[in-house]
Amino acid sequence: MSLVNFAAREITCKIVYYGPGRSGKTSNLQYIFGRVPEGRRGQMVSLATQTDRTLFFDFLPLDLGTISGFATRFQLYTVPGQSYYASTRKLVLQGADGLVFVADSQARRVEDNIESLQDLHQNLLEQGVDARQLPVVFQYNKQDLPRDLILSPGELDDALNFRSVHSYPADALHGAGVFETLKGVSELVLRRLAAGAAPV
Amino acid sequence: MTRLHPHYRFDTLVVGAANRLAVTAARAVAEAPGGVYNPLFVYARPGLGKTHLLMATGHGAMAIDPALAVEYLTLDAFVEAFRAAIAAGQGDAYRRRYAEIGVLLVDDVQFLAGQREAQAELLRLVDAMQTAGRQIVLTSDRPPAEIDSLDERLIRRFAGGLVIDIAAPDYETRVAILRRKALERKVELAPGVLEAVAELEIDNVRELIGTLNRLAAQQAAGETLDAARAVALLGGQAARRPSARSSGQPAAIPEPAAVAAPDEFSSFLSDITSTVSQQIEAWRAKVAAAILRFGGEGYRTNRLEALLDGELADDPEQAIRGFEANVRRLESLRAEAVGLAPDLAGSAPFRDPDAVAEAETLLQRARDGTAPPPVPSPRWQLADLVEGPSNRVALQAALAVVAEPGRKYNPLVVVGPAGVGKTHLLNGVGNALAAAGGAVACIGAEEFTAELIDAIGRDAVPQWRARYRRCDAFLLDDVHRLAGKDRSQDELFLLFNLLVESGRQLVFTSAVALPALAGVEARLLTRLEGGLVVELPAPDRDTREGVVSRLLGDKFGSPDAELASYLAGRPADSVRAVQGLVQRVLHAADAEQARPTAASARSLLEGAPPRAPRRTAGPRASGIVAPGGGVRSREKMVWDWPVIADRLHEEWR
Repeated sequence: MSLVNFAAREITCKIVYYGPGRSGKTSNLQYIFGRVPEGRRGQMVSLATQTDRTLFFDFLPLDLGTISGFATRFQLYTVPGQSYYASTRKLVLQGADGLVFVADSQARRVEDNIESLQDLHQNLLEQGVDARQLPVVFQYNKQDLPRDLILSPGELDDALNFRSVHSYPADALHGAGVFETLKGVSELVLRRLAAGAAPV
Repeated sequence: MTRLHPHYRFDTLVVGAANRLAVTAARAVAEAPGGVYNPLFVYARPGLGKTHLLMATGHGAMAIDPALAVEYLTLDAFVEAFRAAIAAGQGDAYRRRYAEIGVLLVDDVQFLAGQREAQAELLRLVDAMQTAGRQIVLTSDRPPAEIDSLDERLIRRFAGGLVIDIAAPDYETRVAILRRKALERKVELAPGVLEAVAELEIDNVRELIGTLNRLAAQQAAGETLDAARAVALLGGQAARRPSARSSGQPAAIPEPAAVAAPDEFSSFLSDITSTVSQQIEAWRAKVAAAILRFGGEGYRTNRLEALLDGELADDPEQAIRGFEANVRRLESLRAEAVGLAPDLAGSAPFRDPDAVAEAETLLQRARDGTAPPPVPSPRWQLADLVEGPSNRVALQAALAVVAEPGRKYNPLVVVGPAGVGKTHLLNGVGNALAAAGGAVACIGAEEFTAELIDAIGRDAVPQWRARYRRCDAFLLDDVHRLAGKDRSQDELFLLFNLLVESGRQLVFTSAVALPALAGVEARLLTRLEGGLVVELPAPDRDTREGVVSRLLGDKFGSPDAELASYLAGRPADSVRAVQGLVQRVLHAADAEQARPTAASARSLLEGAPPRAPRRTAGPRASGIVAPGGGVRSREKMVWDWPVIADRLHEEWR
């Protein structure tokens, strides 16, 4: 999928929310869905199990209107976090223009975060994508939990963010940091336009 | 005279679609004053940044060359100073002052309307600055043609540089301007306020900044402003100008409701809009820069302009790369074509990246027309010429030309009657020059004309010219035969000048003395006479004896001195006639199967041959024919009658 379609005068950004299961990826999309005026959003597709776990993936299309002559659309995806959905994650990851790694801030889930991050890099590697060239931001979710249960953003940066990309503390359930994260990754993606970067 | 405002620089100028071309042109001017777009004429409605751009150009030029004298003044100041100088009798001093200025920036030239004296003075100034390679930049609120009673010459001068306009800023640019100004003024407004103000479509930048000032003042007074309150405060403007939404245009901005109560999505959308606009602008700027760059190099940029006009319907990076590839291809084609035919240098297809195929066709035609020109005949060598008193001067001149082609005698013109050896000498010189490694063209005048006619018929004159223009030496036999052939003379004239100027040798022969040469243009004749004109007269006895001895020597090894002396003493006004005599004697001796002697030659040439009826058929017949039509006496037959004059001479004798 091309980031910019000059013939159709469209800019389409595919942003994938990645992270371990229950880290809050779907919550991010649900919050965004709730804040976007109806005319600007499409139907949110969410295939969930009876226990509200993402079974396949979530998909939220956003229409930002015509900007400088280009119809600008965002497609937000989440991947199922559970390790046994590896092939689905790979599928969703294909063609991503930007990534949000949603980490669970709880101290007990550090290993899950690291495992998911390794899984992400493995999948990118398999797809021939240079992770250093792909716009990525971190979101440290659940920062609203008691301090003794979670790691601080600094600690999480130390544990996960070894490339020192942008990171955002968040409480996706209530919306804190959700749009900041989306804005952060979107700007990284869009700034690659003028550089003529090839889509992933 | 006004100092440049320190704030009015390129880096404080917000560039958008409306002013991108003007800014790019101004930058180009600042980087190379006097080198491109001189004069640069920028026009726009008031409040769109003309003065800012004008002063930015001055700052930009001074940043590159701090020693450069840059002067900014309004037209009023210019006129006032001029009038004061005239009144004080200091008109010349006034003009001299401008001679020191490297970049002159004149603002508001629309006030030239109706001021004839000021127009004349500005015209003189523009001419003087252009001639001296100094830059002049002017601004106006209207294009030159719309300035009342503006001198036509000034309009032409302005059009000869670059006339460019600045349009009203679009929404994205208005947002960017408001943000820049808010940042400069350290004004912090609530999210969505600036976007809401920009939506009012205040298309005058000055007025736009005024609204920001008003909001800042309101906020400084303690009022908390949100988007809705800001719009309400600026209600006057809002009422005057319909918003993009109400005018039915598509909008990429928050819903009015969202503006009234900016939420997270509106803020996000505003930021993304700004980011996308910046990226799209970056593309447009690249395309605009490419237009100016390639346009400055003289290429047609319609394709890139269409890209801008079409709001980037194609990938600009790819389009620019493709355009550049076409330009490089054209450069290569043009270089080769010009090498083949210099006249092709100005051909339009070589300047139009959309006409590469046409340029390739032109080059192919140039290649097709580049068969090498005729070369000297190898059978005529200088060494074969027999030197005698009569031809010594010509021969020495020829040797000097061979020794120093293009330097000593250029052109060398050999004048003499038919049969004296002019063509031999010409070809001999050509062969000697060719042997020295030069490309030599040697052609008869009639053949020259015939080639030209053919080239005209094939529409391949440039290629035909190129064949000769590449030669190191050009030798033309029988130039007198160009009499009355004006086009051939024109071509020869041009070729002559080109070759002589580049130090290449020309040699001509003529059977008619130059002063007596009618039908040839004086400009050509004077050029021929400007070289060395040598006469090649009828051969003297020594020369004739030398020719006879060589011919007999070729036949028998050692010539019979008495025979040679006898034959050389026979009347002959050309080398060709001498050769004819020798041939007759040799043929007769062959028929008799005997070696020729002076006696047999005398008997042959002086005995009374039987008169026979004239035969009219066959130019080489002796005229001695049997009544039945067959040859009666082979030994009486003359096999080689070179020219009619020899025949008449024999008849008379």
